[in-house]
Amino acid sequence: MFFAQVAPDSIVTPDIAWTALVPHLVLAGGAILMLMVWSLAGRWLPRWLPSMVTAAVGLGAAIGSIHLWRRVTDADRGPFSAVADSVGIDGFSVFLTVVISLTVVFAALLADGYLRRERLDGPEYHVLLLLSAAGGVTMATANDLIVLFLGLEILSLAVYVLAGYHNRRAQSQEAAIKYFVLGAFSSAFLLYGIALTYGATGSTNLVDINAYLRSTVLVDDGLLLAGFALLLVGLGFKVSAVPFHTWTPDVYQGSPTPVVAFMASGVKAAGFAALLRVFVVTFGTYADDWKPILYALAVATLLVGAILAVVQNDVKRMLAYSSISHAGFMLIGVHAASADGTASVLYYLAVYSVLVIGSFAVVGVVSGTGDGATTVGDFAGLGARRPWLAFAFTVFLLAQAGVPLTTGFFAKFYAITAAVDGRSWALAIVAMLSAVIAAYLYLRIMIAMWLEGSDDDAPIRVPVGTVVVLGVAAAFTIGFGIFPEPIVDLARDATPALVNSP
Amino acid sequence: MEELVWLIPALPLLGFVLLVLGGRRLGEPGAGYLATTMVAGSFIATVLVFVGLLGKDAEERLFEQTLFEWIPAGDFSVDVGFLADPLSITMALFITGISSLIHLYAIAYMHGDKDFSKFFVYMNLFVFSMLMLVLGDNLLITFLGWEGVGTCSYLLISFWFTDEANATAGKKAFVTNRVGDWGFMVATLLAFFTFGSINYGEMFSGADGMATSTATAITLLLLVGAAGKSAQFPLYLWLPDAMAGPTPVSALIHAATMVTGGVYLLTRVNPIIAEASSVAPDVIAWIGLFTALFAASIAVAQADIKKVLAYSTVSQLGFMFVAVGSGVYVAAIFHMVTHAFFKALLFLGAGSVIHGMDDEQDMEYYGGLRKFMPITAATMVVGWLAIAGVPPFSGFWSKDEILLGAYENNVVAWVLLLIAAILTAFYMSRLIFLTFFGERRWSDGDPEAHAAADEPVADDGARSFHPHEPSPLMWVPLVVLAGLALLGGLLNLPFTGDTKILEQWLEPSLFGNEHIATSGAAGKWTLAIMSIVAAVIGVIGAAAVYIRRRVDKSVVEQPILQDAWMVDDTVTSFMGGPGRKSFELVSWFDRTVIDGAVNGTAAVVRHGGLVLRRLQTGFVRSYAVGVGGGAVALLVYFLFRTTF
Repeated sequence: MFFAQVAPDSIVTPDIAWTALVPHLVLAGGAILMLMVWSLAGRWLPRWLPSMVTAAVGLGAAIGSIHLWRRVTDADRGPFSAVADSVGIDGFSVFLTVVISLTVVFAALLADGYLRRERLDGPEYHVLLLLSAAGGVTMATANDLIVLFLGLEILSLAVYVLAGYHNRRAQSQEAAIKYFVLGAFSSAFLLYGIALTYGATGSTNLVDINAYLRSTVLVDDGLLLAGFALLLVGLGFKVSAVPFHTWTPDVYQGSPTPVVAFMASGVKAAGFAALLRVFVVTFGTYADDWKPILYALAVATLLVGAILAVVQNDVKRMLAYSSISHAGFMLIGVHAASADGTASVLYYLAVYSVLVIGSFAVVGVVSGTGDGATTVGDFAGLGARRPWLAFAFTVFLLAQAGVPLTTGFFAKFYAITAAVDGRSWALAIVAMLSAVIAAYLYLRIMIAMWLEGSDDDAPIRVPVGTVVVLGVAAAFTIGFGIFPEPIVDLARDATPALVNSP
Repeated sequence: MEELVWLIPALPLLGFVLLVLGGRRLGEPGAGYLATTMVAGSFIATVLVFVGLLGKDAEERLFEQTLFEWIPAGDFSVDVGFLADPLSITMALFITGISSLIHLYAIAYMHGDKDFSKFFVYMNLFVFSMLMLVLGDNLLITFLGWEGVGTCSYLLISFWFTDEANATAGKKAFVTNRVGDWGFMVATLLAFFTFGSINYGEMFSGADGMATSTATAITLLLLVGAAGKSAQFPLYLWLPDAMAGPTPVSALIHAATMVTGGVYLLTRVNPIIAEASSVAPDVIAWIGLFTALFAASIAVAQADIKKVLAYSTVSQLGFMFVAVGSGVYVAAIFHMVTHAFFKALLFLGAGSVIHGMDDEQDMEYYGGLRKFMPITAATMVVGWLAIAGVPPFSGFWSKDEILLGAYENNVVAWVLLLIAAILTAFYMSRLIFLTFFGERRWSDGDPEAHAAADEPVADDGARSFHPHEPSPLMWVPLVVLAGLALLGGLLNLPFTGDTKILEQWLEPSLFGNEHIATSGAAGKWTLAIMSIVAAVIGVIGAAAVYIRRRVDKSVVEQPILQDAWMVDDTVTSFMGGPGRKSFELVSWFDRTVIDGAVNGTAAVVRHGGLVLRRLQTGFVRSYAVGVGGGAVALLVYFLFRTTF
């Protein structure tokens, strides 16, 4: 009674559409609950349980998104804002939420065998993984630059720790430090970019910024454009666009392999979600200003990624550089600044996530105890030693090279189509050139696996979780390579929107 | 029931997948029975679709089934879909039917081969591809099937690839078919630019009133593709060499099915040919005519039994091209079907003889085999009378239709084709006489029997043969095919409109482009009698040379014919002489300029990579400089774009 009188009733809590936040809540809640349960009762729980629970949580988040997809693709209801105009639920965010949630499932299944082999098992990895995914989902749904930044930090902080998770391996520690220092550096750029944008438009809310830029002609747009530059630095860092890519090979090589699988898929998806929503959707009216710089970034990313991949001898570094060149293909879709371009990025993210997780799953088992055997030579003769493993890797490599009848072909096809539709002929040619250069590196690994002999006959143990991941990923890659339509349709329907609460 | 059309190619595909996964474990003969069951199932599915189509009115017998959109990309959208219409179902019926018989035969023929299951893997893949070729509802699916059958053909030609000649023959087929594929691909692109679609239905509805020049170009380009696949002059060189493969392969791929792909394709696009200038069908007819004569003349002098049949196939395909060029598509399809019956029969019969004669293919070693292999001999005689054009065997009816069509198109063409028909009757009689009749020219190691033979022609003394009838698995298909070769003519008897079953049935697929015979009854009878006379002349001529020995066979078997008009040798020596010089020039250009450019690019990439790699120092401070430098560059760029 007494307190009620004193407490100011001026704080109005916003309406929250709780049902729309199911994926966020499942991921974050799952992480916290897991931490509690394992700290209290961890010693009595079986060692395989954390990864199963994590996979279930990830799957739960994906399933929890289905009703949202129904809602936002329903013509009568459509996209909506879940929390005070700053968390937007639209086809775009739901699509990426599902992608990120499923990468969690895969990363958890891969981690099971890996962590036990490296004697690192425990719930911490999984808790961090879930928290990081919650951050990624927040980024995908953010309709406010502050929320976006919050999501990015939740995502990144967890991944910094995960990069250094292999505490007996110096490279892992080194990777974590490098990633952390450079990540903090780039976050500063992003935050400063947000500040400048706020200064130029008077809001951090993307809906308001978009409306403001549509209705107002800025007499002096210097502040806004400087904001663009700094935002691009921050987001370019997350998606490893050249020249902000330098951390990628070192961190990929050093980090535990299941973590790399998540970095190259889930983290990248979150980064592109932000890039698309901020630039293509919010700053769409200023496309003429930012398109040339994205053009330059795309060309640099495509070429540098492919060329540097060719001169590597370590498969993890090769895949790191190849992931940079794949990011270049997705930047083409961003540069197109069109509905088809956005759909091409979403399709690319969905299928590339599967490919890269499958690839790192193979690397993770071949690298052996200590996670060190990752040179091309270590893959020699794999075709004779573990034919099915080598077959799966071949499928993923062929798909990454863009061979028809795999999902990778359509991914590159739609990216290049987006460039051609936007009349960016030169960009399309550079993309094809990059694909040709990169094909060499995939062939090199395949030649090593199938045609070169090896006197190494140490047994390669493939844990059950990895078998499941490899089987699902290979079936996905071939199946949707032959029947691409379902995923293409989903990517086309997943349109981004900026709407306020009613 | 036409919804089942997807099942037709799906079953052989399933067989292929199952055999790839578990063929080795199934081993012999399980793998063979599995493959046969799948193809037989596919035949049953075809029959069901056929019955479904029969239940509809003639003009509604076009059923399109789209499985899924394969390449969804704005304007350029390609579906994976099937078109079940009278034409495609006719093809599918005889393809699956004959394939089932040949699969059954092959179980016995390939007995003991170390790659038994692999053989059936390829065979099922072939049947799947062939069905995609004929059932596809657009040019791209047809092309996929086209490439698929080609691939299986090379794989099966060089199936015993430890043999140098077989591997070379496989390569030859590969190279020749590339030329044809080029024509097909360019035609597909041209069709897409013209119609905005490569779906048959959409193409044909747009064909009415299209530019004559475009229609001519598409027709001629498709002709290049068709000539490559159907072994027409000058792209026939690969087919005789393709006989290096196992005999069931020769029967299935190189006689009954794949090689008719070209004729099918041209029949399929009849609305486009109808719009083309009259030059295009004339070119088709004259290429076919020349091939028919040319190949028949070579077949006369070959000693290898399979070579005779190979050149005979080339020649008979020439007959079908004449029919297409003369606008009598029904006759082309009719002859394709009857030819599939009797040529498959003849090949399988030849395989049975080769099998019984210890893999000897030279007819100089045969003679008098009818007593030792009565079933093979009787069935092959049926095949012989059918191909020679003796009534009432099937070949007579279909060949007569083609001759009638040729006559109404151009009398000179008819005369030349009649000569080809005489040659056909002659070389086939020669094959039968040399193999089954006359004296034995082989030894069974028994000195008495040896002495009884009249002057053995080619007895090398060291080898002895024990000819015998093969197992029922091999002769049952022969008997079935013999029945079909005998009765196949019932499909399209020319007496009244009602007996022309095939003509009525195919009508919806031909869009009124079929040439309707204008000759009166008297004219038709005269032509029919002429063609019977031609057959009789051929048979009597062969009897005079090879049974009665009135004329020495060296008069007929001229060296130039034995050498197939020296075409192969000329090509080879050209390649060795002036050709080689020009190729060396090309190769020099390729080495220095093209390779230089390619290697140069690779060197630049490598070098550039090594330079860039130096930037990757591993120090956080230098990475931070990279990020910071990038940020400065972006800022500078945007500052230049600002409006103040």
